[in-house]
Amino acid sequence: MATGAAGGGSASMDTYREARNWLLMPAWVTLAILVLVPVAMMLIYSFLTKEFRGGVIWEFSLAAYDQFFLDRGLFGDEPARIEWTYITIFWRSIWQAATATVLSLAIGFPTAYFIATRPARMRPIWVFLVTIPYWVNLLIRTVSMKFLLRDQGTLNDFLIAMGLIDTPLVIVNTNIGVQIGLFYSYLPFMVLPIYAAVERYNFTLSEAAADLYASRTTTLTRVILPAVKPGVLAGCILVFVPSLGSFLAPDLLGGARNFMIGSLIEEQFKGNAGNWPFGAAASMILLTLVLMLLLLFARQQVKAGKTAG
Amino acid sequence: MRAQFDIKTYTGFRAIALVCLFILYAPLIVVAVYSFNASQSLTNWEGVSLRWYADVFTGPESGKFKQAARNSFIIATVAATVATAIATLAATGMVRGGRFKLRSLSFGLISLPIMVPEIVLAVATLIFFSSIGFDRGIMTILLAHIAFCIPFAYLPIAARMQGIEHSYEQAAQDLYATKRQAFTKILLPLMMPGIISGFLLAFIVSLDDFIITNFVKGAGVETLPTAIFGSVKQGIKPNIMAISTMLLGVSIVMVTISFFVSKADAIR
Repeated sequence: MATGAAGGGSASMDTYREARNWLLMPAWVTLAILVLVPVAMMLIYSFLTKEFRGGVIWEFSLAAYDQFFLDRGLFGDEPARIEWTYITIFWRSIWQAATATVLSLAIGFPTAYFIATRPARMRPIWVFLVTIPYWVNLLIRTVSMKFLLRDQGTLNDFLIAMGLIDTPLVIVNTNIGVQIGLFYSYLPFMVLPIYAAVERYNFTLSEAAADLYASRTTTLTRVILPAVKPGVLAGCILVFVPSLGSFLAPDLLGGARNFMIGSLIEEQFKGNAGNWPFGAAASMILLTLVLMLLLLFARQQVKAGKTAG
Repeated sequence: MRAQFDIKTYTGFRAIALVCLFILYAPLIVVAVYSFNASQSLTNWEGVSLRWYADVFTGPESGKFKQAARNSFIIATVAATVATAIATLAATGMVRGGRFKLRSLSFGLISLPIMVPEIVLAVATLIFFSSIGFDRGIMTILLAHIAFCIPFAYLPIAARMQGIEHSYEQAAQDLYATKRQAFTKILLPLMMPGIISGFLLAFIVSLDDFIITNFVKGAGVETLPTAIFGSVKQGIKPNIMAISTMLLGVSIVMVTISFFVSKADAIR
């Protein structure tokens, strides 16, 4: 299988130094053709003219970005004002993703901390239990959540049977439904990096804090949290980024009023809107947001690494 | 010792951890239980029955689901195999290739499919195939899957390789093994747990993908997730819960194998 290119080099650190470029070539070529070139094509498409039944006409145009940011009235002859429709959809997506992130942090941090303070042989089992749901089909998990949260779903049946409520709680087709769906989709992503950080945390620091009469809460917020901050940030990024561009949770658990970026983009290609340049432009704006966020995060991690070292 | 234990523990964290597990599993368990419901209705429980499983295999929608399942498994097998081969080569180059200038750039490229939001990758791939006039169908799904499976296969393989000391290959060569023998007889078997685990994860990721598949599939070509999505759009039906439960089983079995394979290392 992998033997063809191997063989050269010394048996030291860099056994395959000479073969290195050949070993990496298939990955470079595949990913360049199937990821880098497509993203470049998408950028080009966002500056082309739309064809009505989907597709593009090869003529330079700023119409997609114009439509996204500017409102020129119904007939396009009024002075340009800011178009709020799409900015609102982006803003709502950011808000939904942020809420899901905060929810995941509230449940994920204590869970990760608890797992990291288990005896060493119990930890892999806990990690395994938290990881399994991530590997279960996201579509199936979202459908399951919908089944649970429906008006006649298991949750409402249970609450009514317990006598806690008389009429079913309406969760599906609301913002809260989407938030719960996003939270549920990406919760394991919050737990794992925080767990990794807490496991490396030196608990003698907590002892030192206690010796200096710090309360438990102060120890948590002033000693433990700063020490595990990179893990917490990584968890937040890993929940926030996929939530932002998510399609399934808003589509299945939200209604028309809970439209998010993912649905807006999907509609340009699969739905009736059929405006490829506009869909490409919206994707570029989303990609830019995400890359900026990842860049900020990377700088933060480098800083954290420096202060820790 | 006792004091240290107290310092570590926060009251309530155990409860929250248990709540976390409950949240993660409750929806899956509820669906699995209701897939065995004898009733036509979703909510009334009328006893245990396998009728919805029978419905999946012989019911009116069985033809569609069988075709979708066949497509899904063919695509997942081929995509995971190709991605694992590419990732194994790449991991060997990255971990055993010494220091080199393009290292972090290469790592960035390999992890790109995980970092870019899935919907963006879906749009880009659709536009790419459309612009070069590549007809949408099984082939476009397969190519797209190979690309996003690479990082999932790469990570466990590279992690495994980093844990293998160079001294094993060195010892083999001291005992007059050729470099090729050192690779095939020593390094590759040691890497096997990582390779198997990478393959299984890539397989699941491919089997599960909805968003990218939905964009690049041609009309009439369905995989299990797109067929399920189409069906769910008209309302959740009991046969969907039976399919979901079976897919759930496949994922759990594969992840469990992957977990035990990667744990089963005699050499540390």
